[in-house]
Amino acid sequence: MSKFKKKANVKQEIPTSSMPDVVFMLLFFFMVTTVMRDSSIMVKQKMPQATQLRKLMRKSLVTYLYIGEPSKTEQYGKEPKIQVNDVFIEPKDIIQWVNVEKAKLNEFERDQITISMKVDSDAKRGIISDVETELRRANARIINYSSVNKKEI
Amino acid sequence: MPRATPDIPNASMADIAFLLLTFFLVTTTVANDKGLTLQLPPPPEALPQDLEIKIPERNLFKIQINSFDALLVEGDPYTGSMRELTDMIKMFIQNNGLDPESSESPIKAIVSFKTDRGTTHKKFVEVLDAAQRAYYEIYASNLGVTADKWRDIASDPDRRVEYNKSREGYPMNISIAEPTKVGG
Repeated sequence: MSKFKKKANVKQEIPTSSMPDVVFMLLFFFMVTTVMRDSSIMVKQKMPQATQLRKLMRKSLVTYLYIGEPSKTEQYGKEPKIQVNDVFIEPKDIIQWVNVEKAKLNEFERDQITISMKVDSDAKRGIISDVETELRRANARIINYSSVNKKEI
Repeated sequence: MPRATPDIPNASMADIAFLLLTFFLVTTTVANDKGLTLQLPPPPEALPQDLEIKIPERNLFKIQINSFDALLVEGDPYTGSMRELTDMIKMFIQNNGLDPESSESPIKAIVSFKTDRGTTHKKFVEVLDAAQRAYYEIYASNLGVTADKWRDIASDPDRRVEYNKSREGYPMNISIAEPTKVGG
């Protein structure tokens, strides 16, 4: 009998039986958080940079409006256009669009509708101010100029 | 006779779950709904037509941007940094009648902001950012927190009391005028 016993064969395997559970948990997390985009953006979107960003808290009140140079310039030209949902609109159609969007909200929160303006950096102030004037007429006066964070120097 | 137990092979379950997981991982977009918030004035039609308010020159901090994105601050061409512009606006707001050329009180002080139709959105956001930063930093110091922290408080509907307290006596008077059509 040798004095030193052989080391016991210790299995060095990670138990994999719980792997499906872990994966399923992750799966459910992403399934719940995923929001399918309901419209494809047809305009150029390069957000301007800013430091004083504020988060939009109530997602249900937020409606998006995109302004920028169309991606298909050969079809729509180079001038910046306004896109809502899946279509290009003119400034005069904005009041009607805002009213449709407001109708989707509860009655008591209709005046709190927030328009998130996703405007391309290269778009000009002219078209944006036309949109602003129409939004004022439509009484949707809380707006948010979407921008990305810039580190303060 | 024992019943044959139908077995579903579950070895591939993990693979299927992984496949689905990968799909949702790829399609997930983390929404980044951040930006500069702004409250627009009432529609032009709602204002009385013959309304004429005389605002003394000293209570106005004028910023103009032309279609070449060049700045004119208080009538002089401005080429400095946005940080310096923020500090100028802060000085202007908190003057409290000290300098006879500058504002009388924070309540009367107005940051007036005029662009051209040809000004790019990029420059507009940059200057608006500088003006809002001036106010936010004042609010933050009123509350004794950093500007970043203050913006979190401002976005939180449950902390209205702190928010209103910090803004007391310092209304955010940023006026954005109708753009000019000069071009040059």
